[in-house]
Amino acid sequence: MSSPTLGQFLRARGVTRREFLRFCTATASAMGLSASLAPRIAAALEQARRPSVIWLPFQECTGCTESITRAHGATIESLIFEAISLDYQHTLQAAAGDAAESARARAMQENFGEYLLIVDGSIPTGNPGYSTIAGHDNLSMLEEAAKGAAAIVALGTCAAFGGIPHANPNPTGAVAVSDVVRNKPIINISGCPPIPVVITGVLAQYLTFGKVPELDALGRPIAYYGQTIHDRCYRRPFYERGQFAESFDDEGARRGWCLYKLGCKGPVTYNACATVKWNNGTSFPIEAGHGCIGCSEPDFWDKGGFYQPLSTGNWGTAKTVGTAIGVGAALGIASAALARRRQKAAEGS
Amino acid sequence: MTLLDFARGPALQWSVTIFIVGVLWRLLGVFLLRTRKDLSEPRKPAAWKGLKLIALRSWPRREFLEGTAFGEVMGYAFHVGFLMALFFFAPHVLFFADISRGLLGTDLRGLVGFGWPTLPNGIITLVSAVSVAALVAVLIHRFVNPVKRLISNFDDYFSWFVTIAPLVTGMVAFSHLAGWPYERLLAVHLLSVELLLVWFPFGKLMHAFTIFAARGATGMIFERRGASL
Repeated sequence: MSSPTLGQFLRARGVTRREFLRFCTATASAMGLSASLAPRIAAALEQARRPSVIWLPFQECTGCTESITRAHGATIESLIFEAISLDYQHTLQAAAGDAAESARARAMQENFGEYLLIVDGSIPTGNPGYSTIAGHDNLSMLEEAAKGAAAIVALGTCAAFGGIPHANPNPTGAVAVSDVVRNKPIINISGCPPIPVVITGVLAQYLTFGKVPELDALGRPIAYYGQTIHDRCYRRPFYERGQFAESFDDEGARRGWCLYKLGCKGPVTYNACATVKWNNGTSFPIEAGHGCIGCSEPDFWDKGGFYQPLSTGNWGTAKTVGTAIGVGAALGIASAALARRRQKAAEGS
Repeated sequence: MTLLDFARGPALQWSVTIFIVGVLWRLLGVFLLRTRKDLSEPRKPAAWKGLKLIALRSWPRREFLEGTAFGEVMGYAFHVGFLMALFFFAPHVLFFADISRGLLGTDLRGLVGFGWPTLPNGIITLVSAVSVAALVAVLIHRFVNPVKRLISNFDDYFSWFVTIAPLVTGMVAFSHLAGWPYERLLAVHLLSVELLLVWFPFGKLMHAFTIFAARGATGMIFERRGASL
């Protein structure tokens, strides 16, 4: 018997059609599609067979897995996620050791060319022993698994851009999935961690249309990463009016004014936090009173302090300024001395 | 390294360094020149009173008003708008405060007990637009007026370009125009500012540092010679 469709699976789990359609409408909205397309998404998803998914966690903190599994009750998103055939994920699966590795090998063989490969964590390219799974180093495991993948989802900023392991001085030589695999479609779902709804939304989009969604220059789905946090931030009007919190406990902070002066990286961070939010749409970091740290952008860890305002550049140090003053003064005095000598000579002649 | 990282990092450091070196080089090179001793009898004893020429020359004289009104109005419109955008736009204030903290260990609030006010973005946008319009007007006037056209050189046009560029790129970045991502617009804005900093000491923009000293020196000479200011 063939595997059940997503529709059959969800009905078996007690999800009503109304709930399912509500999820499809929200997904269509998040993808920037017309709400009228929701029934088509629903029809496509209902008929979709559970695709084989192999999830490889490399140099990571399990935050991305925590994010997707941090479902409050049986949400439609978590059910959708369960509805894929997750054939390998060593944090979530019950099997371990040889049994787990054989499951991965079997899934890769049986679904060669069709399975979806999810990677979270960066790949160390220094000593292979920095990160291993069942005796295999991450790099060779990724190269092997990528061969039979229909597409790869680089989940989280570590897999998408190298993330924190890639931060200076990058002791393990950590790189992103796209630095290793170049001949497969890669969807970067960045964020530290990524938003659960974005993960499931991208998967739903892939299942619905059977192809990689439209991506931005950094390989991220435009539907979720097309606008900056600042563009959609509810505090934006305060920015426009020049009303800023000066510290985290001043009157401005209590009134919910813009956090730009406190280092918010919202203007240069592309993500959907301000629209889909976190914890079942409860809030997002800026709503909780802290500026955006730009975690869905490459090298966010090395772009100055989290509390350094965006407009403060790396202009130098007191030492470099002092050196410039010394050099400028020396040049000025030297050129004046030369000019005075010429003046004197001219007066004497 | 992204374009924004480059603009905020090495490009900013180098342009600031070139700016400081160039300005000091030019200023000291002028201020340390020999001054010829004036052997004549001073007509008025207190030559320092000539410093009032700094203020007098900053306001149009009635008898020349017809010929200078356009330049005066446009000049003030541009300068006031430019300086307001430069010193009262919140992100710019943060930039200066960061430099102050880096050099002095504290910002203005730490030094004198009160902060540096910022203006609402709507006002900054308005004054920036006025400033850009004034710059465009003076350029057209320079093209149309045969005398000004004749005496204009590369320095005039390039100085005009590096002055208007930060205003335009800043407004575009703020408004998210041009269809580019914000960080690229911001990088282009920063690069345009850095071009201004690099060119500043070596072109006519240097007048920002010399104009008042020159007017003061001229006024003191006039005063000594008994000229009516």
